[in-house]
Amino acid sequence: MRPFEFQRAASESEAIAAAAAGARYLAGGTTLVDLMREEVETPEKIVDINRLPLNYIRATDEAIVIGALARMSEVAANQDVRRLQPLIPETLTEGASPQLRNVASIGGNLLQRVRCPYFRMLDAACNKRVPGSGCSAIDGLNAGHAILGSSEHCVATHPSDLAVSLVALGATLSLKGPRGERTIPVEELFRLPESTPHLEHTLEPGELIVEVHVPNGPYARKARYLKVRDRSSYEFALVSAAAALHVENGIIKEVRIAAGGVGTRPWRMNAVEQALVGKPAARASYEIAAAVSTEETRPLSHNGFKVKLLPATIVRALEMAGDVA
Amino acid sequence: MTTAIGKSLSRIDGRLKVTGQATYAAEFNQEGQAHAVIVGSTVGLGRIEAIDSAAVEKMPGVVAVISHLNAQRLAYNEHRGPIDPPAGERLHVLQGTEIRFFGEPVAIVVAETLDQAEHAANALKVTYSARQPQVDAHAGERVIPAVARRPGARAEADVARGDADKALETAAVKVEAEYVIARENHNPMEPHATIAAWNGDRLTLWSKSQFVANEQAEIAAIFGIPPENVQVNCPFIGGAFGTSLRTWPHVTLAALAARHVNRPVKLVLTRKQMFFATGHRPYTLQRIALGAQPDGKLISIAHEGAGETSRYEEFMEALTSVTSFMYSCPNVRTSYRLIPLDASTPTYMRGPGEASGIHALECAVDELAYKLQMDPIDLRRINEPQIDEGRQVPFSSRSMLKCYDLGAERFGWSRRTPEPGSMRDGRLLIGYGMANASYPCLFAPANARVRLLPDGTVEVEAAASDMGPGTYTSMSQVAAEYLGIPVERIRFSLGRSDFPATPPHGGSMTMASVGSAIRAACLDLQAKAAVLAAKGGGNAGLAGQSPEALEWRDGMLFVKGRSDRGVTYADLVSYGGESPLVGEGTAARDAETGQKYSMHSFGAVFAEVAIDPDVKTIKVRRALGAYGVGRVVNPKLATSQCIGGMIGGIGMAIMERTVLDRRNGRPINAHMADYLVPVNLDTPHIEAHFVDEEDTIVNPLGVKGLGEIALVGMSAAVSNAIHHATGRRVHELPIMIENLL
Repeated sequence: MRPFEFQRAASESEAIAAAAAGARYLAGGTTLVDLMREEVETPEKIVDINRLPLNYIRATDEAIVIGALARMSEVAANQDVRRLQPLIPETLTEGASPQLRNVASIGGNLLQRVRCPYFRMLDAACNKRVPGSGCSAIDGLNAGHAILGSSEHCVATHPSDLAVSLVALGATLSLKGPRGERTIPVEELFRLPESTPHLEHTLEPGELIVEVHVPNGPYARKARYLKVRDRSSYEFALVSAAAALHVENGIIKEVRIAAGGVGTRPWRMNAVEQALVGKPAARASYEIAAAVSTEETRPLSHNGFKVKLLPATIVRALEMAGDVA
Repeated sequence: MTTAIGKSLSRIDGRLKVTGQATYAAEFNQEGQAHAVIVGSTVGLGRIEAIDSAAVEKMPGVVAVISHLNAQRLAYNEHRGPIDPPAGERLHVLQGTEIRFFGEPVAIVVAETLDQAEHAANALKVTYSARQPQVDAHAGERVIPAVARRPGARAEADVARGDADKALETAAVKVEAEYVIARENHNPMEPHATIAAWNGDRLTLWSKSQFVANEQAEIAAIFGIPPENVQVNCPFIGGAFGTSLRTWPHVTLAALAARHVNRPVKLVLTRKQMFFATGHRPYTLQRIALGAQPDGKLISIAHEGAGETSRYEEFMEALTSVTSFMYSCPNVRTSYRLIPLDASTPTYMRGPGEASGIHALECAVDELAYKLQMDPIDLRRINEPQIDEGRQVPFSSRSMLKCYDLGAERFGWSRRTPEPGSMRDGRLLIGYGMANASYPCLFAPANARVRLLPDGTVEVEAAASDMGPGTYTSMSQVAAEYLGIPVERIRFSLGRSDFPATPPHGGSMTMASVGSAIRAACLDLQAKAAVLAAKGGGNAGLAGQSPEALEWRDGMLFVKGRSDRGVTYADLVSYGGESPLVGEGTAARDAETGQKYSMHSFGAVFAEVAIDPDVKTIKVRRALGAYGVGRVVNPKLATSQCIGGMIGGIGMAIMERTVLDRRNGRPINAHMADYLVPVNLDTPHIEAHFVDEEDTIVNPLGVKGLGEIALVGMSAAVSNAIHHATGRRVHELPIMIENLL
C-alpha cells in the first residue's frame, strides 16, 4: 500500500470540498481499501465520510429512501424495506458475505470496481487501470465477462447486484457536489466503457451520493432477484435478473426487468418488458419475451454460455416473481 | 487395560485453537525481525535481463533487495526426501537468470515493516526477455517417467495382464470415454509462512510444515550445513492438504534473506503467491475403456492416464494404480505418462492420484451400468475380486461389500429410480450417484519417545504434525491405551525437528506409522519399568519378581493374576534408576508383509444432487461415505476428517479449478473470490460410517489410514448423480453451470 493522507469529514460540505480537491471518499472501504492494498488504487488523499448523517432508512407511501451510508445488512434487515420493497433485501443478501455486508455502504455498493482479474493484476494490460494500455481479457480468459455493452477497450461486467434491482425498480439518486444538488436515475449513474473504460460513472468531481429513492411502484411487491452462480454465496453473478410484475386478472400490466453479470453496466431489459405487457403472466409468455434478451449480445471466446443462461434466468426470475402472492 | 482407543474424545487442542492461543508459524515473532516479500516473475518463460534496485533500496524502511545479482551462492547439495519427485532437480532460487514459470521468485525485498516491504516489492523494476510458455496439457508431449525408463525401474509406466485391447473387441458391452480434471490448488486457510533466525551457522525456522524432519534436511542440504545446525518448529498447521509436505522455495528465501540482512526475517506468502510455487494437483487427462459380458462381468479394462509436471522435475502420482485391483477382470492394461509444461512442479493434494484416477474409473463403471441396464452397485458386486488380481496376493482386509450394504442402507439407495431425470423434488431434478473409493495403507519407519515424569504424568514426543486430523488427541489416546493410564496424564508434543523422526504427515500414514512407534515406545517404557520394579520393589512386594511375571493393569504394575500387590508409575520413579524413565520406540513394517499382502482402505461414497432445470445450478444435497479403514482410534475425529474430505471432493466435482492464461502461464483466478471452494451454504448434510473391520496385518494398531480416502470417490459420485438427474455425462471436472446448459 502506498502512503496517503487521511482526513475525517465532519460535514457534507467539508467532505465535498476535500473530494473536489482530489480526495477519494471512504465509506465501508470494502472495495477501495482492498484495491489500495494491492496498489491497483493509489489515492493520495482519503476523506472518510462515515461520520456524516447519511445512515438512515425512511419509508413513505411513495418511496423508500435510503441514506448512502446505510449498511447493506441494515437495509436488508429493515422491516419497512422488507414489506414495501422485498426485492431489495433479497438482492442484498445475495451479494458479498455477511461480514462484507456489515460494513459495505449502499452508496459504495453502486460504485464498486469491476471483478475482471486483469484489472487487479498490476502487470497485466488494462484500459480501466491504465488508459491506453490495452485489454487483456478480450483475447484472454473472459468467461465472466460481458456480452452486452462491451467495447474493444473493455469487456468487464458491472459487479453490483443491488444496482441491477435499483435499475429495475426505477430508483433515483440524490447527489450533492461543489455545484449544488441534483437527482439522476440510477441507470444514468453508469457509463458504457466505449473508448474510456476508466470513466465508470457520471458523477462530477467531488460529487457525493447522498441518498437513494426507490419508488413504491405497483410492481414492487411482486418482485424477485435470481442470481445464478456456481457456488451459493460469496461469488459474483454469472447471470442475474431482477423481475418485478404488476399483474391484473392474470394479465401483465407493467413489468420491470434488469440483468446483471451480462453487461458492462446493469442492463435494463426494455425490449423484454415491452414484449410482456398485455400478455398472460405465464411461463409461455416469459419464454417468448426472454428470447428477445439475447438480440444484441456479443459473446467473447469463453462466455458464450451466458447467451443461453440469460433468457433462462429471466424466465425463471419472472416465474418466481409471478409466484409471489 | 483401559480403552482409550475407540473413544470419541474432543480435540485436546480445540480450546487453544478457537480462543486464538494456538501459535502458528507466522506468529513466532522474533526480536529485531524484518519482513520479506517475494517478487515473482511476470513472464512465464524467459530470462531476467535487468533488475533496477537502486531506487527501491532508497525507499522508506527498505533493508535490502536481494536477487541473483547479490544473493548468496547456495550449495544445493543432493537431497531427495520421500515427498520430492523421483526425477529432476528442485528449483534453485535467486541463483541465475532463467525463468521457468510465471510467478517464479526473482527477488526478495526486505523492509522494517510488511507494508514497506510490499510497497517496495511492487516498485521493483525487473525487465525480462520473454518466450512463449507452453502450459496447455492437451498440446503437450507425453513422456514415460524417467524412473520407469531406467533399467530395473522401481515404478512401471505400463502394467498389463491378459490382453485388454483384444478382449475389448470381443466384449458384448463397451464404454469408452476421456476424462479431463482441472489443476487444483490446495488453498488451506493458513498461508505458507516462515520465520528464519540465524545464530552463527545455526538456523532456527518457525515454518509451516507437514514434515519438519525433511524441512530440516532439505534446508541443511541447500545451505550446505549439517542437519543438526537446523532446527524446524511447527506446533500447529492451519490446514495444508499436502501443500506443506515439500520444502518450497519460500523457506529457502526466508533463510537466505535472514542471513543476508543478518537479522531474523519473516516471510508470509500472499494468497496469490500460493498459486505459484507451492504445488498443485496436476491437470490430468485420462482415457478409460471397459468391456463386459452381457451379465456385467468385466472382461477388459484399459486405463491410460497422463498428468502435467514441470520441465525441471517429474512429479508422479498413483493415477492408474487402483485400476489393477479394484475389480476382478482377466484383461487389464494401464499406462501412465507425464506432460512437462512451463509450469511449477505439482505435488500431492489430498487423495493424490487415486482421487483423479478413481474419478475416471468410477464414472466409466457407472456408464457401463447404464449400458447394461444394471444397478451400479449390483454391477460392482458382480465384479468384486477375491484377491488383488494385479499382484496375485490376498488383501490384508477388504470390506467393499460391507461398505455397499451399510452405505446403501443409510443413504436410502433403494429409493433411487434408475431412469435419468426420473426423480424430482418440486421442479428440481434429483440425482443419486455412488462410487468406490480406495487408498493404499502407506507406512514408513517412525520413531517416538515416551518419558515417565516423577508426578506420574507421561510426555510423548515425535516429530509428527497435526494439520487437522487431530494428531495431538489421537496419539495421546494411543499412549494412554498402551500405558493403561488416563488420557489426561499424557502430554503429546509434535512439530519439532529435534524430536524422534517421523515420516511425512500425509499419505494417511501418520497413525499407522507414528502411532505404532508410540505404541512401541510405551511397551519399551513398561518393560524398563518392570525391570525396575522387580529390582526395587520395596513395600509393594514386587522385589525379586522377574519382569515376565509382571503385567500392567489399570495403570499399575501387578504380579500376573493378582490385584493386591501393585505399584504405580509414581512409585516406580521412587525406586531409583534413571529419572525420568524413558521409553523409545521404532515402528517398521516387515518387508515380507508388503510382498505377501495387498493393503488398502476401501469405501463406498454416495451423493444426492438437485439441479435447477432452467438455470442448471448444481447443489449437492447429501453426501455419505461408508468406509472400511481398520480400527478407528477416535470416531469423532475420524468422522470430522471424513466430512472435510468429502467437502473437498464436492469442491473437486463442481467448483475447483486453477485457470492459466495460455499467453504467459499466469493463474488468473489466484484469489479466494475467484477460485471457488464450497462455502457453508454449499455444504450438505454429510455422514461418515465405518464398517467393523479388523486388520491384524497392516500394523500392530490395525489402523489403515483415513485422511486421503475421505476425498476419493466423491467427485465420481457427484458426477454420476448429475448424470442421473439430467442424463448428461460431463467428462470434465469441475462440472459447472456452463457444462449443463
